[in-house]
Amino acid sequence: MFGYYLDLALRSLRRNKALTVLMVLAIALGIGASMTTLTVLHVLSGDPLPGRSDTLYYPQIDPRDDSGQMPGEEPPEQVTLIDGLNLLHAKRADRQALMTGGYVPVQSDSAVVDPFYVEARFTTADFFPMFGAPFRYGRGWNAFDDETRARDVVINGELNGRLFGGADSVGRTLRIADTRFRIVGVLDDWAPNPHFYDLNTGSFGRTEQVFVPLQTAMGLKLERHGSNDCWGKGAGGVGRIYPGESCVWLQFWVQLDSAAKVAAYEQFLVHYSQEQKALGRFVRPPNVRLRNVMQWLAHEKVVPDDVRLQTGLAFGFLLVCLVNTIGLMLAKFMRRAADLGVRRALGASKRSLFAQLLVESGVVGIVGGVGGLLLAGLGLWAVRQRPSSYAALAHLDGSMLLVTFALALGSTLVAGMLPAWRACQVPPALQLKSN
Amino acid sequence: MQIRPILAALRRHRLATLLIAMEIALACAVLCNACFLVVQRWKLIQINSGVDESALAVLTVNGFDPSQAADLNARMLTGLRTIPGMQSVTLINQVPFGTQAGAAGISHDPGSFKNTIGVVDFVLGGPGTYQALGLKLVEGRLPQADDYRPATNFAPPDAQVLVSRALADHAWPGESPLGKDFWCDKLHFRVMGVVDHLARAHPHDWGTQATEWTVFTPTLPGGSLAGTYLLRADPHDLPRVLHNARDAVAKIAPDVVLDQENSQTVSDLRTTYFESDRIMINLLLGVIVTLLGVTALGIVGLASFWVQQRRRQIGIRRAIGATRGDILRYFQIENFLIVSGGIVLGMALAFGLNLLLMQHYELPRLPVHYLPIGALTLWGLGQLAVLGPALRAAAVPPVVATRSV
Repeated sequence: MFGYYLDLALRSLRRNKALTVLMVLAIALGIGASMTTLTVLHVLSGDPLPGRSDTLYYPQIDPRDDSGQMPGEEPPEQVTLIDGLNLLHAKRADRQALMTGGYVPVQSDSAVVDPFYVEARFTTADFFPMFGAPFRYGRGWNAFDDETRARDVVINGELNGRLFGGADSVGRTLRIADTRFRIVGVLDDWAPNPHFYDLNTGSFGRTEQVFVPLQTAMGLKLERHGSNDCWGKGAGGVGRIYPGESCVWLQFWVQLDSAAKVAAYEQFLVHYSQEQKALGRFVRPPNVRLRNVMQWLAHEKVVPDDVRLQTGLAFGFLLVCLVNTIGLMLAKFMRRAADLGVRRALGASKRSLFAQLLVESGVVGIVGGVGGLLLAGLGLWAVRQRPSSYAALAHLDGSMLLVTFALALGSTLVAGMLPAWRACQVPPALQLKSN
Repeated sequence: MQIRPILAALRRHRLATLLIAMEIALACAVLCNACFLVVQRWKLIQINSGVDESALAVLTVNGFDPSQAADLNARMLTGLRTIPGMQSVTLINQVPFGTQAGAAGISHDPGSFKNTIGVVDFVLGGPGTYQALGLKLVEGRLPQADDYRPATNFAPPDAQVLVSRALADHAWPGESPLGKDFWCDKLHFRVMGVVDHLARAHPHDWGTQATEWTVFTPTLPGGSLAGTYLLRADPHDLPRVLHNARDAVAKIAPDVVLDQENSQTVSDLRTTYFESDRIMINLLLGVIVTLLGVTALGIVGLASFWVQQRRRQIGIRRAIGATRGDILRYFQIENFLIVSGGIVLGMALAFGLNLLLMQHYELPRLPVHYLPIGALTLWGLGQLAVLGPALRAAAVPPVVATRSV
């Protein structure tokens, strides 16, 4: 029966080509626009570390003084050096790392290449195992190296390619700001998107090329790159040296493997705040937050407003296209009232007529979906030509492909339902009589 | 032409009528808001930076020790000034559309953040920078030689400053801003003059009200005012002068690193800065045009169907005396009525959508004058779309009435 309906549908669609093309075009445009924007939204709101992100937490505590205090206020988005080191040394989590961004001149030992600036991350040892950063050669440093301020460095694959032609450079020397560092590891391609662990240095398409132990970097006064927020005495501490005691400028991440540990850690943060208040360092009552990666990204609103707006706009457009399609299908089905009347008179049930008409709208939906997919491909290509930081990430993946077809087919079937129902209501006798 | 028979006929085609009206309503809602967004973005792009953009470029170097700042400034100023065609080289910390250097919260009271004014951009300029920028003074006086103070922190601790008119109107509405004091924590500032316009480095990031909340602070070179230079040259000469200046850095100061991204003409910085807004405008315009097209085609489709369905009735009307004009007008009035219904619904939807957008984005309320404009557009569109089918209807010969099919 389906084959017969399909045959009828194709005949009917061929009979009025202009109307068919119009419907297909409307669906294709609506689907194309929606899928382009939805894909961008999907890419940007994705999980930077699938399978790992729900055990990674970002503790926030409130070390500020009481000026400008407001009820229900969020604690600062970063930590001070003292608190960071205290929390790091407390070792209450399964893993923990304290870090900040940097911007350093690098040069290979041969010194044939002029020094050039790269983005760096100054971090403690757990960064690599905690975030699951994959190594091509060698490995990271350990906590002991952190404390002894070892001149160890991990570089990423891109820098390794640029300086060492992609060869195993473990054990070789990298000069950072005229200081010799020993390369202990080379990372594989690794760039979590969004750049969740430090959103201050750009949310998308960012990756560091050099990783240096935090205390080593601070000892050498390597140039820092990131945001700092100061209060009280530290206000205005902007410059090339590190921010003062009353400034937050480091990110502290912990790994907590179970819900019980999360609760215990939150308790620990409260106790820590109370203890610091008793010592006179903190002024405010304990104000802590403990968000995992996805909660943190949602809180920081990393998806640009424009992207949301574009998605909303595209779906508004799709809705107009669908209403348009409903109208055109109604016209099309009603025009064939006579045919349908004959089929009814010959014994077809309302249900089979309905099924026949839905097959026809389904065909429009599938063709429109293919057209929409092509348009979405074109749209995403256009997005990739843009200068925005996330441009290169805009690609259609398997799941979005399925969503495209489901959306196209689903929406046209829904759109076809009302006209099909209306067409089935036509009394057959009336149609036969008029001829 | 009577409206009642048209309404009576429409009542027999409730579903189709409703669909067209709904399409018009949705189109009206999206259209009004999309146009509004386009206008908002357009205004933002048109922002008056207050500086002579076409004659200015910025050159940034980094990788030097703060202790060498004074020495570096002296070498750079002397070296760059020898480039042919260079009109002036002065120190600045940020230019409009470049990298933001000094944004900080200011308040009417010292040391606290209770009586706050807002977050403003501090534009630090060395001697000659005011003249090089080409700012326009509207009130007060220009900075004199002794107004330039050293800055060890991000701004001098006690300074006479110029504020933009936008900031003056915001901080001291209805009062003369001259001689007024304000504080950034413990740093004290006194207003000595008001400039017509001066945009902040990232005007887009601070909402439409605050695009020009800037404080021009005369500052002595050295300390935190080092490494960023404002170049001025004839607009035709500027690209060459900047190119030469970038090359000259390697000779003047071989120990520093030129910041490529932040060494550009201000016009180029502006173009880059507003790139995404221009894309958004084009996208919105594209959506508007396609939407109007789809809506028009939908009307054409349904109207054609109606004409075909009513051929016999049209023939009968023609046979009993209706003119072609009567038939034409019938379809035009019918379309006008349906579109009007859609517009009424659409206006409510447009305001609803605007409220929704206001909740999620920083967007003002939709001005009322968008509605009549949107209505006129849709009426026009409807009439245009229905013209073809209506003319075809008018061409139906009266003899159709006598045929049985």
